[in-house]
Amino acid sequence: MKKILLFLTLLLSVVTFSQETIKKDSLKTVTIESNRKGLKKSISGTANTTLVTSKELLKAACCNLAESFETNPSIDVNFSDALTGTKQIKMLGLTSPYIMITEENIPSVRGASQAYGLSFTPGTWVESIQITKGAGSVVNGYESISGQINTELIKPLKDIPFYLNVYGSTDSRFELNTHFNRKVSDYWATSLFVHGNARVSKNDMNDDGFMDNPLGKQINITNRWQYSNPETGWVSFLNLRYMNDYKQTGQLDFNPDRDRFTTNYWGSEISTERIDFSSKVGYVFKDMPYQSIGFQNAFSSHNQQSYFGLNQYDIKQQSYYSNLIFNSIINNTKHKFATGLNFTYDKYSEFVNLADVSRIDNSVGVFFEYTYDDSDKFSYILGGRLDYHNRLGTFFTPRLHVKYNPWDKAVIRFSAGRGKRAANIFAENQNLFASSRTFSILNTNGKIYGLDPEIAWNYGLSFTQNFKLFGMNADTTVDFYRTDFQNQAVVDVMNSPQQVLFYNLKGTSFANSLQLDFNLEIIKHLNLRTAYKYYDISTDYLSGSYQRPLQAKHRFFANIEYETHIVKKGRQWKFDYTVNWLGKQQLPNTRTNAAADSFPEFSPSFTVMNAQITRTFSSTFEMYVGGENIGNYRQDKAILGADNPFGSNFDTSIIYAPVFGQMYYAGLRFKIK
Amino acid sequence: MKNIVLGMMLLFVTLSAQAQDKKNKNAKYTIEVNGNCEQCKKRIEKAAFSVAGVKSADWNIDDHKLHLIINEEKCSVTDVKKAIAKVGHDTDEVKATDEDYEKLHSCCLYERK
Repeated sequence: MKKILLFLTLLLSVVTFSQETIKKDSLKTVTIESNRKGLKKSISGTANTTLVTSKELLKAACCNLAESFETNPSIDVNFSDALTGTKQIKMLGLTSPYIMITEENIPSVRGASQAYGLSFTPGTWVESIQITKGAGSVVNGYESISGQINTELIKPLKDIPFYLNVYGSTDSRFELNTHFNRKVSDYWATSLFVHGNARVSKNDMNDDGFMDNPLGKQINITNRWQYSNPETGWVSFLNLRYMNDYKQTGQLDFNPDRDRFTTNYWGSEISTERIDFSSKVGYVFKDMPYQSIGFQNAFSSHNQQSYFGLNQYDIKQQSYYSNLIFNSIINNTKHKFATGLNFTYDKYSEFVNLADVSRIDNSVGVFFEYTYDDSDKFSYILGGRLDYHNRLGTFFTPRLHVKYNPWDKAVIRFSAGRGKRAANIFAENQNLFASSRTFSILNTNGKIYGLDPEIAWNYGLSFTQNFKLFGMNADTTVDFYRTDFQNQAVVDVMNSPQQVLFYNLKGTSFANSLQLDFNLEIIKHLNLRTAYKYYDISTDYLSGSYQRPLQAKHRFFANIEYETHIVKKGRQWKFDYTVNWLGKQQLPNTRTNAAADSFPEFSPSFTVMNAQITRTFSSTFEMYVGGENIGNYRQDKAILGADNPFGSNFDTSIIYAPVFGQMYYAGLRFKIK
Repeated sequence: MKNIVLGMMLLFVTLSAQAQDKKNKNAKYTIEVNGNCEQCKKRIEKAAFSVAGVKSADWNIDDHKLHLIINEEKCSVTDVKKAIAKVGHDTDEVKATDEDYEKLHSCCLYERK
């Protein structure tokens, strides 16, 4: 209690400070109330954006952001490795480093937080998620290549006074979420979110002597303040967050105090501490509701100390991000524009097995984005930005999105754009430390670990038609996107099972993705969502051209939801079932290993099913039970060389399917309105 | 002293007179426009935007109110009403001709007052 008080006092002092010094806004903050529909695709929006509402997030275990895409076909959720249980996401077949991930339009998962960052945002904090396929907007930066995911957290002025969520599962994970909210005055409101989770016991379902999921604990606290004064036009947000996450994994008999950095048993510990502070100040001009100015500032410190067997990896990233944006019109609201300045500073203190690879990155950029909307059928967004970056050089980033409604309830969208980024090869591929692979960087002339920046162009075409089928609502979408890499920091696990090579792309690398969606309301309250996805992701490696490893060429997805009528006092049942079928996946090359320690060239195809039942007792109390992987499909061999973890064939990174079998969970949600 | 007071008064008077003379670049108006549907909304807003000086036009289907922001140096609210009447929609001040009204799509034939 004393600590909380201290915390609040600290915040108040920050508030007064920032009021004096900074005076501006939260710009493109899209606030959406919980909708009847969980996933919303707009017919009128210019970009190919799906809105995931909080209702959708209640359909799965959704403990954190990484797990909140299970019921959404635009994003594929994979497992990153057999140790940390961290879920990796992919969009258009590309992993999360190629996606711009923002929280309330401030870049959040980038650099050091790339591997585990999505698991650092608890699901209950989320109000909505916007998923944009393709190039994206220039306003937030130049890094996005395959798409953008923006998360909006619950807004203090709209929050309820108290919220409690308790969760427990058969893989011995427990979570507790509590939210407190107070309206301080007519204009000020504040929320305090406290999240804790822990996995308390060791599980080894496949009897390989290794834990299937790490032991862990996380404490995550955020305090948000919102100010909004409609009379003056001033709005503001202030956020402070503290997060501490600890994971321990490896062999069951591994005892960190006794066995750390020895070859007694193989084990790993990952500790992450993160502090975030962000502010937004905005002003909407009086008499001119279409004109506004906004100023965002964010500071974060991310410190990860870890080791994987004998491999030690420490990274600390201190970041500062600033964005000044001015929105207005040319003549009338059919012609809108946004223009402004960005500044980013990243200080990385990074040590790979004690080798110092620290660096400082900074960049400054200007952007201009013009939106034309004929308020009828046609609209487009044309954006460009010019950046100077100490490692990427001076470069221009163009982006275009076009929308046209050819006839009733139909929309065609086209997008094209360029993205450029510095690949943090160690942070992004740290799952490979949990193997006997040696890391080699083959280039020395580039400015990022010897490598050149990654540059890619992305083009996309999409068509959606809404219609009536037997009198019920239905819609279908066809999406095709292509990403062409001009340069890529190639991560090569196709050469040898004892090595991972990093080098600049020589030849071609591209990612084609085709997605067919069909959604139907079968009867009232019974909805079906289906998708088929085809990926052709090919890269020229030193040893030849291969499909990207651990990527299924064909995927099928279906989700059925059913809910009963809400009867008096808000009583209701909700049922949800999701099935994912994954075709065969290219596996990393393990041919030269002994037969017992090798995989075939391709994985088998398999099916994973999840289901959940929610019982709402009243508008303030509900309980849910669910199961993940209820078909109990397991990868039969998860860790190569598990019997000799310090030998040359050890590898935990080749995971194409669930390692843990069935998992059941239960939870409750309680609100005070 | 008297002179100063007089001088200041004069200054104020001229200033305020000037301010009144100066036309509002962001004048807000809410006018009533008759219509029915989503298609009417598009037609009404399109007509409003066709008048140079209209910065923002937003018609609400439920209460039939058109919210306008116009630059009075370039146009007047009557100009906007005329433009809207020309495409067949009655406004509080300017009414559409029967001929223009009958050109509307069948679902847009709102009940005339």
